Amino acid sequence: MTKVTMTVNGKSVSGDVEGRTLLSSFLREDLRLTGTHIGCDTSQCGACVVHVNGEAVKSCAMFALEADGADVTTIEGQANADGSLNTIQQAFQDHHGLQCGFCTPGMVMSAAALLKDNPKPSEAEIREYLEGNICRCTGYHNIVKAIMAASGQDVSAIAAE
Amino acid sequence: MYAFDIERPASVADAVAALGTEDAQALGGGQTLIPTLKQRLAAPSRLVSLSGVTEMQGVASEAGNIRIGGATTHATVASQVGGTYPALADLAANIGDPAVRNRGTIGGSLANNDPAACYPAAALGSGATIITNKRQIAADDYFQGMFTTALEEGEIITAVSFPVPEKANYQKFVQPASRFALVGVFVAKYSDGVRVAVTGASNEGVHRWSAAEEALSGNFSADAIADLSVSADDLINDLHGSAEYRAHLVKVMTGRAVAAAM
Repeated sequence: MTKVTMTVNGKSVSGDVEGRTLLSSFLREDLRLTGTHIGCDTSQCGACVVHVNGEAVKSCAMFALEADGADVTTIEGQANADGSLNTIQQAFQDHHGLQCGFCTPGMVMSAAALLKDNPKPSEAEIREYLEGNICRCTGYHNIVKAIMAASGQDVSAIAAE
Repeated sequence: MYAFDIERPASVADAVAALGTEDAQALGGGQTLIPTLKQRLAAPSRLVSLSGVTEMQGVASEAGNIRIGGATTHATVASQVGGTYPALADLAANIGDPAVRNRGTIGGSLANNDPAACYPAAALGSGATIITNKRQIAADDYFQGMFTTALEEGEIITAVSFPVPEKANYQKFVQPASRFALVGVFVAKYSDGVRVAVTGASNEGVHRWSAAEEALSGNFSADAIADLSVSADDLINDLHGSAEYRAHLVKVMTGRAVAAAM
């Protein structure tokens, strides 16, 4: 076991991990931050997306040891300080950007990474950016709509309901 | 996953030393290796993560070449190389998905030499030099068949140097499930000739299409390859596409790359 220390959602945390401990496992099982979901465990589906030093990564395809010293943000760190939903989360609620909700943490984290780099993405850019996030309910239209709305853009032109 | 140890050296020298221990395996961005470990298709007892080796990260221009550190991510190449070598930046920007590009590295891709990966086509198509902790290897000598390279046990790709071409382009026909290339063609025009490298198509992995190189070196236009044909012999034949289909795609993608080269 090796001791790792990292900042998660603004708080310094540490724990003893094995070499094989994935960042997703450390977040869920050691820190009990179960908002980060493990869907496919093969780095295809994107339900486990978190930010490491500000960049979106699939936490099931990174070892906890590799995040030693890093600044990690998860879905639990997204709400406003008073506990209310942040702009992206609120837009997902307003536009029904989720059905079963399993992919939602990864979708919200990917959306946050996209809007940080590209504050006013086009519909095509949003769809392309979400290539690595799979919604098994196939509810993509409203997810795209929510991200358009969160970026302050008109959503009336987005394809289907 | 089965149990193993991970080391995170901070220098190439320490990484080489760590890889000298028995059954050790280098870990780049892990976007291929970690899923491989989960499936136990590989089972090293010790991983040596290269993500903390800062001297292997970053991009530098030098006298007509661009040098990319072996541990540089696809996202960094996509964002930093566009001004110098736009075709290479575009290729990096279309590997996998955004989260994968934030972890996956050029050195990892070239060391793995997946027969459908994008970077091998860029390296071979550019006549790049693979720089390791021991030596410099010309791309023509480096790629030795599917998942096989000239790298020796414990040898690390510390950087890759690409001669910047006059014009180049990469066209990828995406296999939609994996996002790897069903067929990808990298075309680069240099003052002394044209290079054409094909990925995704052959059982031998990335390779050059010499007939197209010859035709395009005389006349750099899609018309120049109109009369050429690609043999389906020894091309990959699987549920995603027959060998004949891939042979057809090689020519189509080459033509598109020439037309789009800038």
